[in-house]
Parts: sequence; structure tokens; C-alpha cells
Amino acid sequence: MNVLRRLVSNPTGAAGLALLAVIAAAALLAPWLSPGDPLRIAGPALLPPFTDPALPFGTDRLGRDVLAGLLHGARTSLIVGLAAAAAAVLIGSVVGTIAGFAGRLVDEALMRVVDAFQIVPGFLLALAFVSVAGGSLGTVILAIALSAWAQPARLVRAEVLSIRERDYVAAARVIGMHPLEIAFKEILPNALPPVLALAAVIVAAAILTEAALSFLGLGDPNVVTWGSMISEGRNVLRAAPFLSVIPGIGLVAAVLGVYLVSEAAGEALGRGGRP
Amino acid sequence: MRRALTLVRRRAISAIPVLLIVVVATFLMLEAAPGDAVDAYLLSAGGGDAALAASLRAQYGLDQSLLSRLFLYIAALGRLDLGWSVAFERPVLALIAERLPTTLMLMGSATALSFGLGSLLGVVAGSRPGSFRDRALSIGALTLYAIPGFWLGLVLVLVFSVSLRWLPIAGIETIASGKHGLARAADIARHLALPVAALGFIYLALFLRVMRSAMAEIWRQDFVLAARAKGLTRRRIVWRHVARAALLPLVTVLGLQSAGMLGGSVVIESVFAIPGFGRLAQEAVAGRDAPLLIGIILTSAVLVILVNLTVDLVYAVLDPRIGASEVSR
Repeated sequence: MNVLRRLVSNPTGAAGLALLAVIAAAALLAPWLSPGDPLRIAGPALLPPFTDPALPFGTDRLGRDVLAGLLHGARTSLIVGLAAAAAAVLIGSVVGTIAGFAGRLVDEALMRVVDAFQIVPGFLLALAFVSVAGGSLGTVILAIALSAWAQPARLVRAEVLSIRERDYVAAARVIGMHPLEIAFKEILPNALPPVLALAAVIVAAAILTEAALSFLGLGDPNVVTWGSMISEGRNVLRAAPFLSVIPGIGLVAAVLGVYLVSEAAGEALGRGGRP
Repeated sequence: MRRALTLVRRRAISAIPVLLIVVVATFLMLEAAPGDAVDAYLLSAGGGDAALAASLRAQYGLDQSLLSRLFLYIAALGRLDLGWSVAFERPVLALIAERLPTTLMLMGSATALSFGLGSLLGVVAGSRPGSFRDRALSIGALTLYAIPGFWLGLVLVLVFSVSLRWLPIAGIETIASGKHGLARAADIARHLALPVAALGFIYLALFLRVMRSAMAEIWRQDFVLAARAKGLTRRRIVWRHVARAALLPLVTVLGLQSAGMLGGSVVIESVFAIPGFGRLAQEAVAGRDAPLLIGIILTSAVLVILVNLTVDLVYAVLDPRIGASEVSR
């Protein structure tokens, strides 16, 4: 609670929270603010913005409502960002805990796998995975998680290595707890705080990766995303630049909101600014 | 020199198992895909009968078992044979070698831009931590860092190519321009200006912030106090003592961002229709070209390892403490 109050009193944090609140509201209220399928034809094609009060942001090449796409796109971006980051942190925590707690051989083997995932550019990996598994929301989330779990795994392992020597872990061992129980009940919860700080950055990166994937046409074709809207608008970049510009502003706002909040949270928790 | 050689040898040895994991994992992942290159080829060729499909599969070795194909592939890798691209009907290695220089030029220019300008602005921000100038630059960098590269590319095209008509919209050079030497280089530079900016600006923000926060840390250290007590000018303290010491973490980030930049070049090259390595990746995906895709992923992994090795060598030169223990071991 105290941290939250300090977050709001910090102008950086307040601005970030405001941005995120607007986007979260758009995402949550999208079915009520613009009911129906956002991919349906709502009016004449290529209507410029601010001309028709019923379609304030205009329409795209096929006459689809840009505002509806923007609202429903916020939903997709947030779902993918949060789910992919959660999955990445989950995979990373499990692998990192096992690597840090198990013997040298398991540790060595797992860390080589982590190395392998860090060496391959995450976006290439996600691209290859989506091309194999097909473009649905689930596979996109999994692809992004797959490209992002290595960093939390490394961090959790480092934390576990320092925590496993503490007295309370020794005490747990003395009372005969199972090693796995010690690892996941005693060590992991204490190793998590720095990982949660990293999670914010992963959410932002996941939103950007999803946008890039759907920009390349590899996202879920049945869901509106900001990336696919930009890609659609690119076909008429000269005639209707607003079609690519408007969804991009949504993307910047969402990612910037996450960065601002994580920066302010870092200041509130008393560590230096995150690079 | 001996230190550097030891470092290179140790890195090369540790890279082999990691690369092997990359190969096996990528191979298995692409094998799990429904349909293969022959399906994609028949689709693009407009169809064919089962006998043709079977003979094509036999020709490409696709009728053998998974394990035997994996071993064949790894054995071929040992001879630097990356296989045959079905979509392009050419050896994978030749394709990659043809496309890679363009992307390296793009990435090199973008790195130079982001490192140079980013660290310079980082010094401006970090010379007075907490000042208005610092806050403004930091927030500006954060905003820049939040912009997706492909969107920045489109906006730059809108401003500089569509509205102002200063720079070309896409491509790597004017087609059939007949230019040679310097004129051709200038033509390529004009074409690369926007993609380099789109790719580099994001990392510019990263370098700025790393430089700034490293400097903010260093201001608190004793040797800065000593420099002040000696009566050195502020300018001299900023440049000769604080900024110089803050350069080390920046070099680390230089290595860390190479994988990200390689991934970013896929989208940027698609936006600007640059026939480079990143675009090749997208074409491999579109053509369901598994051998090409594995080759691309493997090449990028090797590239990232090489960049990190270079960074480590630079680091060893800059900081004599690094690597000293590795030699004595």
C-alpha cells in the first residue's frame, strides 16, 4: 500500500499509471464501448478521422471502424503481454530453481539450454515457432514466452544460489523436508521479488513482439491487433497515413505506461533507475 | 595477447554444446510442423500427384526417419554444408552469405549511430544527475525505447519520403542506376538512412540510459570526491573520470543488444524491402523452408557468439582485471 502511494505521488509513476489505466479501461470495456465484431464492415471505406461522429477515428480500406479496432486491439495487446510474461516468468522460475538447487550436472545442463535460448535472437525464435504452430493467440503467447524465459531463469538461479545457503534453508533440511519442497516452498518465494521487477520489462517486450509478429502477418487472423492494423494501414500509407499512425500511438502508450510504472516502482523501492 | 587467446579458446569450447542444443532444438521444432517443403513446393507449383511427391521426398531425403535426418544434418554441418533451400533452389550457405553483408552493414551503422549518439547524450544527462536536463533526456529516452521499430520506420517514411521527399521509400539502392564507386556508395547511404535510424534509435535510448545510470553511480564514489578536492574543473571530472569509468557497462550492453538488433532487423528489412538476412528469415517462413530457417537461426546464433566474444576481448583490453584469473587457472 505504501509503495502504491509513493508510486502515485511520483510524477513518473502517476503518468505511467494513468496511461495504463486508460488502456486497461479500453481493453476491459471494449465489448460495451464498441459492441459486435470489430472486424465487421461499419461504414464507407477510408473515411478520414474526425468527420463522422459515429466513426470518430474513421474507417480502413474495408470500411472497418478504426476506434473499435483500437479498443479491441488494446485487449489483445494486454492479454498477450500479461500471459506471455506470466508464462515466461513461470518457466524461468521453475528452470532457475531446479538449476540453482539441483547438483552441478543438472545445473550445467540446464544453463547450457538457457545459453542456447539467449543466443538465438528471441524474435527469430518466436517467428519460427509461430510459423510451425500456426497463428493463434495461444501459440503467439507461447512463442513469446519461449523467447523470453531465459533471462528470468538466469536471475532466479542466481537468487537461489545465494538463498540456499541461508540458515532457514538449513533448518528446513534438518526437519526432513523434501528437497523439492524446500526448493519451491522455502527458496522460490524469497527469490521472486527481483524477478517481478524484471516481469514488467518482459510484459513491455512481449507487447512489442506480438505487434511485430502480427505486423508481419503471423498473428491470429481472427483477432484485431494493433500490429495487424498498422500492417493493414501500410497498404494505403500515402492516401490514409492515420490508419498506421493511430494504432502505433496505442502501442507506444501501452509500452511507455509499463516502463514509467516500473521506473517509478524502482525508485520507490529504493534502487537506481533501470536501464 | 595470451590472455586473449585463452579467452577465445575457452569461448570456442563452451560454444559447441550450446550450438548443438540450438541445432537439435530447432530441428525438432521445425519437424513438428504439419506439412513439409515438398507440400509447399507442390502448392506453389500448382499441384502434383502422390508419385511425384514421393519421388521429391526421396530426392530431398525427407522419407528417412527423424533421427537419421538429424544425424545427417549434423554431419553435414561439420563440413560447413547447411543443406539445400527448397524455396530458392540454391544451397542455404550461399543464400545466407549473399544476404548477410547487407544486414551487417545495416546493423553496424545502427550500432554506431546508437552507441555514439546514445553515449554522448548519456554523458549530457549523467553529468548532472537529477537536473532538469537529466530528467528530460531520461523520459525522452524512455519514450523512444517504447516505440516499436517497424512503426518508427513507417512514420519516418511518412515524414521524410512521402511528405518531404528527401529520401527514397524502400530498397537498398536505385535499381539499374548504373552508378559506380562513390556515387553508388552515396546512393546506398541515402537508402539506408531511414532503416538505420529506425533500427538504431531504440538502442540509442538504451545506451543513453545505461550511460546515465552508470554515471549517476560513479558520482558517488570516492575518487570523484578526490578529483574535486584536487580542484579539477567540472568538465574534466565529467569527461576524464566519470564518463570514462561509465564506459565499461556500456560495452557489455553492446554485446547484449546484438541478438535483439538481429531480431529487429527482420521487421525493419520487411518495412523497407531491403533484401537482407532478416528478410530472408521471413521468406523462409513464408516458403516453409525448414533447412533455410535452421540455417538462419544457426547463423544468427554464431553471429551473436562472435559479437559477444569481440565484446569480451575489448573488455579484457579496457579492464586488465578481467580474464586474469582465467589464465592462471
